[in-house]
Amino acid sequence: MNHLAKLMRRSETAVFLIVLAIMIVIGLINPAFWQADNLFNLLRANVIIGIMALSVLIVMVSGGIDVSFPAFAAAAMYLTVLAMNAYGHEGVLLPFIGATLIGLLCGLANAFFIHTFRMIPLIVTLGSASVVRGLLLGLVGTSIVNIDRMPPALIAFGRSSLEIGGAKLSVMVFVYLGLAVLVWLLLTRTMTGRSIFAYGDDAESAKRVGFNTRRTVYVAYGLAGALAGFAGLLHASMIWLANPRDFVGYELDVIAAVVLGGASIFGGRGSVLGTLLGVFLLVLIKNSLIIMRIDNTWQGVVIGCVIVVATALTAWRDRKTLA
Amino acid sequence: MNKQFDLSRVINRDNNILQLILITVVIFAVMSWLEPTKFLRYYNFESISFIFPELGIVAIAMMLAMLTGGIDLSVIGIANLAGILAGVFFTKLLPGDPAAGMAGEIARVAAGVMLALGVGLVAGALNGLLITRAKITPILATLGTGQVFTGLCMVLTGGPAIVGFPAYWGLIGNGKLFGIAVPLLIFVAVAMVIAVLLTRTSFGLNLFLIGTNPRAAVFAGLKSDRMVLYSYMLSGTLAALAGIMLSGRTNAAKSDYGTSYLLQAVLICVLGGTNPAGGRGTVLGVSIAVIALMLLASGFQMMRFSNHLIDFIWGGFLLLVMVLNAFRNRA
Repeated sequence: MNHLAKLMRRSETAVFLIVLAIMIVIGLINPAFWQADNLFNLLRANVIIGIMALSVLIVMVSGGIDVSFPAFAAAAMYLTVLAMNAYGHEGVLLPFIGATLIGLLCGLANAFFIHTFRMIPLIVTLGSASVVRGLLLGLVGTSIVNIDRMPPALIAFGRSSLEIGGAKLSVMVFVYLGLAVLVWLLLTRTMTGRSIFAYGDDAESAKRVGFNTRRTVYVAYGLAGALAGFAGLLHASMIWLANPRDFVGYELDVIAAVVLGGASIFGGRGSVLGTLLGVFLLVLIKNSLIIMRIDNTWQGVVIGCVIVVATALTAWRDRKTLA
Repeated sequence: MNKQFDLSRVINRDNNILQLILITVVIFAVMSWLEPTKFLRYYNFESISFIFPELGIVAIAMMLAMLTGGIDLSVIGIANLAGILAGVFFTKLLPGDPAAGMAGEIARVAAGVMLALGVGLVAGALNGLLITRAKITPILATLGTGQVFTGLCMVLTGGPAIVGFPAYWGLIGNGKLFGIAVPLLIFVAVAMVIAVLLTRTSFGLNLFLIGTNPRAAVFAGLKSDRMVLYSYMLSGTLAALAGIMLSGRTNAAKSDYGTSYLLQAVLICVLGGTNPAGGRGTVLGVSIAVIALMLLASGFQMMRFSNHLIDFIWGGFLLLVMVLNAFRNRA
């Protein structure tokens, strides 16, 4: 009984129950929702936002916030696809490593500014996003790489799927879950992970108990950038085109998903499981508007309301635990 | 007390102002040197005087939120919502009557202005209540409401721009009074009112104290919540005013106008010596910063830099200024 009470108090449980309730309601309105095809599509739609949410989760646990990952993802994606075309590269391993490295470098630049000059993460990442996006569009180009010019290997990779019960489940879902497990292991099973939590909870205390806070900041933002870069290229391989203006406005959805998943914007709190559920909830709400025949101009209003309500609930919860 | 002493006192009070004036002069000199024929024309400065006030007012709105350690990411959403609601009012609710005389038209525009400012006030109050009552962090609260406001703009317009504002509305953004751009006059008036409000009233003093040390402010018995609420209401109203000027200048209102203003407003505040952590910031600093940036932008546009590269320069400039501030604070 005690275990059950403990389980009920966790925000993951709350999000899970909300997800379940919404799924049942949507299923009643439109039974087509429960078809394997639709569910698999829903999971597929989780992948990119989910990987980006893992990236934001790491930063948020460290007590920061990152609005630059959409720009980093776009830069990593576009540069890698252009390089693949220029060299006629056939594989996918090297490009993904390349995209991840581009993201990593951008993330380390964020960490440099944030740690060396003690700047506010929001303002640093606003600036770096503008710098990266401006350079990409201004110097590299603005033209979209369409499906006819996309590297075939990348498209083939993005198309790979498993046949389960007559419907196709994208393999990318497993890539996403694999990354989630890795981030979970890092955050909960390694000293580095503990240091990110400690730094987010109270930077000064973390320093005094002997954590290398410089390393912590670099690891958090570097990893976040790397995940964003990887997600960028994966996105291109899944939609078969590379648009340098892509991902505009993603920061809102992703931050909303992470906050929905119970992470605290003040740092020190957050879990991978909660984030996965938060992402699923957000994607569910977005996709269900279409399936429930609500005009999709309402999307922004609904997502905004979800952010406000979710953050109000988390703030209320935090106040209760403090009292 | 001689003049010399006075001057150094002013500079010491906010040594950022001197640095800012220096930056502005350098930008001005470099641009005049690079593009003497195009930059140093009356027309150039006149067009700047029409364009910069919107951005300047948005930046002042942002500064008000930053004074208490917050931020208002919904200013652009509020500005667009105000413009669009006014547009809906003019085109659907109260279409122009050709028979109405000048007085009728002016009354109609005045009603539209009131409506738009009211929208800003309500939107700002919503932000303030979410921050003070629901205790949501300003970043998340205004991120969420900004999304809601922009979403409402989408719902109201369905995507395309709303056009067909009355002629007098256009005067707010395009008109001239005594040979001076109306937006410039509005900006000067707003800047003076806000400056007086911040430096000469208890409201302003309260905001600075809350921003410097929120805990001490509570213990000192300040009505923190109410002051923060007022500051977001003021910020929302100013954002709506910027929306009126934007829709007046372009004679249109759209859900994604001015999105690049958000970053620029933050940049201007930081450049103008506002501390994003709260407690420091002046209207004068923000005003000089917006002029400096406008000179920079117009110079780069004359040199045919692409808009994307100008975005890059904004971002780079923001980081550079933060680095300079960090060094100065350390010294």
